[in-house]
Amino acid sequence: MARLALIPVLLWMVATLSFFLLRAVPGGPFDRERAPASREAEAALKARYHWDEPLWRQYERYLGNVIRGDLGPSLKYRDHSVNDLLGQTVPVSLSLGAMAFGVAIGLGIPLGALAALKRGGWADYAAAGLTLVGVCVPVFVLGPLLVLVFGLWLGWFPVALWGPWQNAVLPTLTLGLYFAARVARWMREGMLEVLRSPHVQTARAKGLSETAVILRHVVPVALVPVISYTGPMLADLLTGSFVVENVFQIPGTGAFFINSFFSRDYTMMMGMVLFYSVLLQVLNLMSDLLLRWVDPRIRS
Amino acid sequence: MNTDPSSPGRLALRRFLRNHMAVSGVVFLLLIAAVSVLGPGVLATDPNQRSDSPFVPPGASHWMGTDIHGRDLFSRVLVGTRISLLVGAVGAGVSVLIGVTWGLVSGWRGGRTDAWMMRLVDVLYALPTVVWVMLTLTIFETRCVGWLSERWPASIPAFRLAAMMVSLGSVSWLTMARIVRAQVLSLRERPFILAAQSIGVPPVRLMLRHFLPNLAGVVIVYLTLTVPAVVLYESFLSFLGLGVRPPQASLGTLIADGASQLNPVRVRWWLLVFPAGLMALLLAALNGVGEGLRSAFEPRDGNGN
Amino acid sequence: MIHSLVQQNALVRKTGVFCCLHWWAGLFEFLRPGLSVRAFGVVLSVGAWVLAGCSPLERADLVLHNGPEPETIDPQILTGQADGRIASALFEGLTRFNPTNGMAMPGLASHWEISSDGLTYLFFLRPEARWSTGEHIEANEVVWSWRRAVTPATAADYASQFFCIRNGRAIVNGELRDASQLGAEALDAHTVRVHLENPTPYFLELMASRVFFPVPRWAVERWGDHWIRAEPLPCSGPYQLLSWRVNDRFCLRRNPQYWDAAQVTAERIDILSGDNPSTALNLFLNGEVDLISDRKIIPGELGPELAARPDFHRFDYLGQDFIRFNTTRKPFQDARVRRAVAMALDRSRITAHITRMGERPSAAVTPAGTGGYHPPAGLSYDPATARRLLAEAGYPEGRGFPAIEYAFNVGSRIYEQTGVEIQSMLREHLGIRVELRPLEWKTYLTEMSALNYDFIRGSWVGDYDDPMTFLDCFLSDSGNNRTGWKDVRYDRLLQAAAAEADPQRRLEILREAETLLVEEAVPVTGLYSHVGLYAADPRKVGGIWPNRMDEHPFFSMRRIRP
Repeated sequence: MARLALIPVLLWMVATLSFFLLRAVPGGPFDRERAPASREAEAALKARYHWDEPLWRQYERYLGNVIRGDLGPSLKYRDHSVNDLLGQTVPVSLSLGAMAFGVAIGLGIPLGALAALKRGGWADYAAAGLTLVGVCVPVFVLGPLLVLVFGLWLGWFPVALWGPWQNAVLPTLTLGLYFAARVARWMREGMLEVLRSPHVQTARAKGLSETAVILRHVVPVALVPVISYTGPMLADLLTGSFVVENVFQIPGTGAFFINSFFSRDYTMMMGMVLFYSVLLQVLNLMSDLLLRWVDPRIRS
Repeated sequence: MNTDPSSPGRLALRRFLRNHMAVSGVVFLLLIAAVSVLGPGVLATDPNQRSDSPFVPPGASHWMGTDIHGRDLFSRVLVGTRISLLVGAVGAGVSVLIGVTWGLVSGWRGGRTDAWMMRLVDVLYALPTVVWVMLTLTIFETRCVGWLSERWPASIPAFRLAAMMVSLGSVSWLTMARIVRAQVLSLRERPFILAAQSIGVPPVRLMLRHFLPNLAGVVIVYLTLTVPAVVLYESFLSFLGLGVRPPQASLGTLIADGASQLNPVRVRWWLLVFPAGLMALLLAALNGVGEGLRSAFEPRDGNGN
Repeated sequence: MIHSLVQQNALVRKTGVFCCLHWWAGLFEFLRPGLSVRAFGVVLSVGAWVLAGCSPLERADLVLHNGPEPETIDPQILTGQADGRIASALFEGLTRFNPTNGMAMPGLASHWEISSDGLTYLFFLRPEARWSTGEHIEANEVVWSWRRAVTPATAADYASQFFCIRNGRAIVNGELRDASQLGAEALDAHTVRVHLENPTPYFLELMASRVFFPVPRWAVERWGDHWIRAEPLPCSGPYQLLSWRVNDRFCLRRNPQYWDAAQVTAERIDILSGDNPSTALNLFLNGEVDLISDRKIIPGELGPELAARPDFHRFDYLGQDFIRFNTTRKPFQDARVRRAVAMALDRSRITAHITRMGERPSAAVTPAGTGGYHPPAGLSYDPATARRLLAEAGYPEGRGFPAIEYAFNVGSRIYEQTGVEIQSMLREHLGIRVELRPLEWKTYLTEMSALNYDFIRGSWVGDYDDPMTFLDCFLSDSGNNRTGWKDVRYDRLLQAAAAEADPQRRLEILREAETLLVEEAVPVTGLYSHVGLYAADPRKVGGIWPNRMDEHPFFSMRRIRP
């Protein structure tokens, strides 16, 4: 697997790029509204984090630590290390993402398929409506809207926080609907394209039942564009999850993602970038593998 | 101009015109563009004019109501639409420019150059785009604005907008590059390209005259589909506080401001409904047009490629 | 029925996920017969099972929303208000705040003696004071903790609070290397003697502030700065730490070793951390949160509507919003220009239309009533005189005036909206063109410290109830000055005030200094005094009272059961 071997190299390039770019932005992690008590104290703080060393030295030190698995102390949350914070928040974000992904494909694929099979039927309109919501309404509007309607007015679900399963419903829906719309659209297109192809006509001519034709021959091929779009979609999911985690006060990695930039928490930012890079690479790899496996054309 | 009735361009146009959704989308877009560009000039109200009547609901004097400063929301929405469309179009344009060039060069050169160029694309794919956008916008804000404020301060809002468009474009070109490269790789072996090469047509001319027209379909489709993505991304940035700067407004900033109206205490619905509704219609129209173009250029009668 | 499902919810959810995934795996298998799919499905389900594990938390007696996640809860190192609240639940100082009025009352020290010249304090610690892990809290530990705070290596930002103690400033500045020279000593196991540089009327309040809290010496010596992550964490305050989940909540339990544990009635308290004001409001209105203690986490646009409700409490707060002028470059080098701009601002318009919380418009830097002090009026709204001053300075009707930028941080829409108002006021009254320059937080701090601005939004929240906390920001050598303004007269006045023993005379000297600051030199002009807001339903939560310091001690908080 040449791709697998490439991942560490890509990670190294990403890490280096981010390390130096981040420091090009003015403002540092220790700047506060209140000036430091004295120059001595300020110097001591900087020395503690090796801030007084030349940049190359800091880079070397950082790289050395990362290879050993130590992502460093968080510069903003001084009682925690980056490994600490990621360890607490990654499982939460992963489960939210997995569930949203589940909603996206669990809702999007059947809906898209039905919309293609029964043109002009209720599924077609439902899919179109879903598309409208998912594509045209930003996540930071959809979330509070769902909270208002289902959390406060109807009282069916909790309005925020994470814990019991009821808390997961609204955030998952918010994130999932956004992507379900896109998945439904691609699925519908893929199905429409395949339904007219000679490949399907051959299968019909063989005398297979319509259901078998659809499930065995149409859907797998139609899934190809869906799967090939999961790569960029997953990247989007991560960005969208920031908004959802903010709106629903979920203790995931999303909060650190953006806030670590605003507080110039370089180590946390680097940790986040590395984590997301690994995640994106792995997920892209998985979707490529899935593609190869599902589509008989690519296999040959 | 090729007047052959069966040229791919004309065929596509005819297919497009048959698609009602797409056509109505185009009409809507042209209408909105016209109103937002000409409207503020025609109407007397200044979108930045404060008044002493904040939070007035929609009515005869203010068609869409007023905001906290007493500014007329209707004129702000029009101006905001203009800026959003501009940001979307230019941002998508930048992404097309970079993506097409990158894909062309990479696909044409092949071999090691191609491998390295695509590896770089992979690296950039792995970098979370939000970080990149925040970085570039902040660097611009801090380094360039200071330099500009001494020489030409009046241009700063324009430059800020340009910086935003460039940074948004610079995160959307990756997919375009990949697609263009794939197309170029398949076109490269076509007889008409090989023939042109053999008679000594220089590479640049080859690309402009022979590759580009064949790429046009794909490029146009993705351009139309990138615009809504860029507009949505801009609204996300506004939510973060990094969007278009006050007192300028875009639909994104208006919606981000209006999102706070989704509360159980006091809902000033017009502050959210109008900007969000307009943006939804805009995005729907853009998507409709994009889809229409895609099906126009890639027919599904089983015979097309 | 749903409630009982909640009890088994973890199991229900996991089972649900498992079933869904198996259904999907089955579907795939139908499409592509083969064993690999089932295996894939099983792996996915197990993975989801593992990730989905999240046990439900019992609702605590009191649930507070504290605002953003604290940067640190080590009482000597922290600087933020959210951080301070957690620290004050877990730790205590020699004195503690009276919940009704924010004044000092006995804490770890049961009583004290003050010498007649006000320069020597004798604190008597309670013999029953213990850490939650059982050890006694003794005087030498208190002194040791203070030495830790002033040592530059600890990098405590609030170490400047120690300047009033003898040798404090020298040690913090690194001039004296030996921290044991600090003017505090343990006379015996339960007595601490402190020598002050100047009579400091607010010294008892200072003893209640976090940087003076004793820390467990043995824990710090053993674990260094990571002592705060020890489990169990030795606590000296009304509560101890059960668990800490970042960006989620702190779970606290009543500390039976606390000397006043008898008064603490709430057994469990949860303190939530979050960033989104709308969410905090929804949680409060839904009854999931009982108390919102930080105004930052209450939606600003709804402030006036919320303040009218009985469960929201408005109070005058020890904070001020003002504008800093960059006195090192044109056009604000000229004091007349600064005065002109200060006089062209209609502050009551800002408080009436933008902030709308009943703030008191004020052109001074100290909020009225701070420590019984009345600030000077400052330059009030007078466009005619403003125009005259501007003409005198060489810009009649704003002609020739360079384009300037009003910078502000993008934390709240209010700052932007205030900027818009200022922009139009200056254009209307003085004919000056102002551009707005929004900055994100760190850039804002950097530009302000580097004096890279024209005029910029500023604010200050007092550390103790005395005007000195506001006025000493503008000393010539203060890092909090950030205007480039230096005036020996001002420094001398503040020095004289610090050395003055008579409290009335002292306040008069301070007033004189502030008059110089906000009426004559005007490197800074006030906008309005802060109004705080907290949310607590009086039918559910008791033991909290609004006070200027915004201190709501945990020992008095209780849940009212019907």
